Amino acid sequence: MKNLISALFVVASAVVVLPALAAGGAGINLDRFPAAKTTELASLQNGARIFANHCLNCHGAALMRWNRLHDIGLNDEQIKSFLIFGDQKVGDTMKVALAAKDGKAWFGKTPPDLSVIVRARTSFDYAGTDYLFTLLRGYYRDSTSPTGWNNVAYPNIGMPHILWELQGPREATIERVAHTEKGYVRTVSVYDASGNVTTTSQPLTGHAKEGTEFSFKAADPARARKYDEDVADLVAYLAFMTDPSGVSRSRIGVWVLVFLVFFTAVAWWMNSKFWRDVK
Amino acid sequence: MGLHKTQFKGLAGWFDARMPTAMAEYRKHMSEYYAPKNFNMWYVFGALAIVVLAIQIITGIFLTMNYKPDARFAFESVEYIMRDVPGGWFIRYMHSTGASAFFIVVYLHMFRALLYGSYRKPRELIWIFGCLIFLCLMGEAFFGYLLPWGQMSYWGAQVIVNLFSAIPLIGPDLSLLIRGDYVVSDVTLNRFFAFHVIAIPLVLIGLVVAHILALHDIGSNNPDGIEIKDRLDSSGKPVDGIPFHPYYTVHDIYMLGMFLMAFFGVLFFFPEMGGYFLEWNNFIPADPLTTPTHIAPVWYFTPYYSILRAVTSEFMWVLAFGVLAYGVLLYFALRAQLARYVALGVAVVAALLMLPASPLALDPKFWGVVSMGASVMIFFGLPWLDQSPARSMRYRPGWHFWFLIAFAVVFLVLGYFGTQPPSPVNQYSSQVGTILYFGFFLLMPWWSRMGEPKPVPDRVTFAAH
Repeated sequence: MKNLISALFVVASAVVVLPALAAGGAGINLDRFPAAKTTELASLQNGARIFANHCLNCHGAALMRWNRLHDIGLNDEQIKSFLIFGDQKVGDTMKVALAAKDGKAWFGKTPPDLSVIVRARTSFDYAGTDYLFTLLRGYYRDSTSPTGWNNVAYPNIGMPHILWELQGPREATIERVAHTEKGYVRTVSVYDASGNVTTTSQPLTGHAKEGTEFSFKAADPARARKYDEDVADLVAYLAFMTDPSGVSRSRIGVWVLVFLVFFTAVAWWMNSKFWRDVK
Repeated sequence: MGLHKTQFKGLAGWFDARMPTAMAEYRKHMSEYYAPKNFNMWYVFGALAIVVLAIQIITGIFLTMNYKPDARFAFESVEYIMRDVPGGWFIRYMHSTGASAFFIVVYLHMFRALLYGSYRKPRELIWIFGCLIFLCLMGEAFFGYLLPWGQMSYWGAQVIVNLFSAIPLIGPDLSLLIRGDYVVSDVTLNRFFAFHVIAIPLVLIGLVVAHILALHDIGSNNPDGIEIKDRLDSSGKPVDGIPFHPYYTVHDIYMLGMFLMAFFGVLFFFPEMGGYFLEWNNFIPADPLTTPTHIAPVWYFTPYYSILRAVTSEFMWVLAFGVLAYGVLLYFALRAQLARYVALGVAVVAALLMLPASPLALDPKFWGVVSMGASVMIFFGLPWLDQSPARSMRYRPGWHFWFLIAFAVVFLVLGYFGTQPPSPVNQYSSQVGTILYFGFFLLMPWWSRMGEPKPVPDRVTFAAH
């Protein structure tokens, strides 16, 4: 038995250590999404409002029914008067009027359906919520791109910064350290609020850590902070929509486990009673 | 009146008089099936595998009621089950968690067999049925994985079916036959659905019945690897045996409670299990025009997938010389003249077909497929590869046990690298892992005979509770 325990330890440590060795590989450091938002009804409702007002013009959520918003404390009346702008019924799914073909023509790619986007954008390296939280706050003006916008989390993104009025103008500083044939080079690009870029390059001596760092300077910091809150709410809503059963699931799960602890205790007691006969 | 004389009263008597088989079978498999009394925790995984099989079948029936095997609706219908069908998310997560749980339970069940020599004579046939069950399970998992029609479903099926096209001559036609189309399409989805919901489950259940019948004819092995039927009491029952029911039924119910805590812990709190049970990319609907940058099968297939990817054109040299060396080893080890020449001849021909420098060399991709197939099929050979005088690891030299642990670690490491994108480290590790994996099995006839076995007791090791 002792042998077996030490063996299991060897196996377990192999399983734990290996992924740690291979971690890293995400392009940039993502900002951490404030996960507590996913359980706050006010945040979820605000997120739903932003989603219906802005996102739903181009992106659909064809797997999500309007009346599923009951789960975040909205009733049919509220859904109909505040969120549905067309002639849809509360039992309909959140379809979008934009034709897929037009979307492709305008943005270079059909805007993806957002029903399960948080899960679809998750990977072994990062959570989809962190990615979307960074993406939606990662826009900067870039006069060289077709839409006039670019993004630190998704370079040359097809989607323009449709929420820019909420965030206000910003200046972006993007610092890249990359290995070139001349050794390591640090390139700093400063994009002003109109998207004009000033780039300076500087060779580095010796070994340097490759990667991209970025920082923003908002013209109106209070507005930008409010925008961060709104985006967090929006991402919380997207996280709810990706798996609407999530909230009730963990609530039921607790009771299931409580029952199983009780069940197992009784089964253990029964087992030991029977096995008393075995000599 | 032609009625069977029954010893039972009431309803049981009425039933027994009309169908004596039921009671006789109950006795044979439950109340008078004598199992060794020294089973430990490792012996619960067979019963758990049956429970998981039942979970998969029952949840599968309910899923089929709402799932649409149609490329236009499949992805949507799975989400429909998760969102709009009452309790649908529970059924779907049961099924997806159950798939992974099935492999965990079956891998542990197989590990138990390696630990205590459960496949050794006279249980070879039980082991063969078990290996066939494992093959069916792999087929079942593979076919089922296409059904949600996500990106990984689609491209995983595309990659695996394409592997068959590496087989010389018949390959391209064979993969066309499997797909039913030139790419994975609605046609493929429909036939995989048919395989998943009826063809494979039928075979699987038949094999499970055969596995259990064969086991109950011979009797279970135990952690000491002793035949309890060698020592019978005056009434002809094994002295170290106890009736399966009630002793092991109560024990298995207790262990089932433990298992269900883990199972439902995952289901209710981490249904994706960090992307291992439900892959993140599979939440993107299948898109035949966009190949994902990284295609990885689900975790339970990744050890074999690593072996497939390990076989590169440079690795063919290693493989060819390995096969040749093994042929020479067999030539000197085998006694029968004919067998010696056959072994050597096969090895030489195989090496000629492998060596990159040889004019007969076949595509390394083909040998990758062969290696992957061999890594699964080699389990069938265990009863004959293992030549240890003692059956159980308890009485084999201590380092045999550590060899087995090393094998388990290699299996997990291969599995880990199979989930990761290709890289030089990944490739090198997979190649070393592949050599160790096959080395463990193919050299077993020699290493399992080495070392001094410990004395095996007459009676099983058991301390009363």
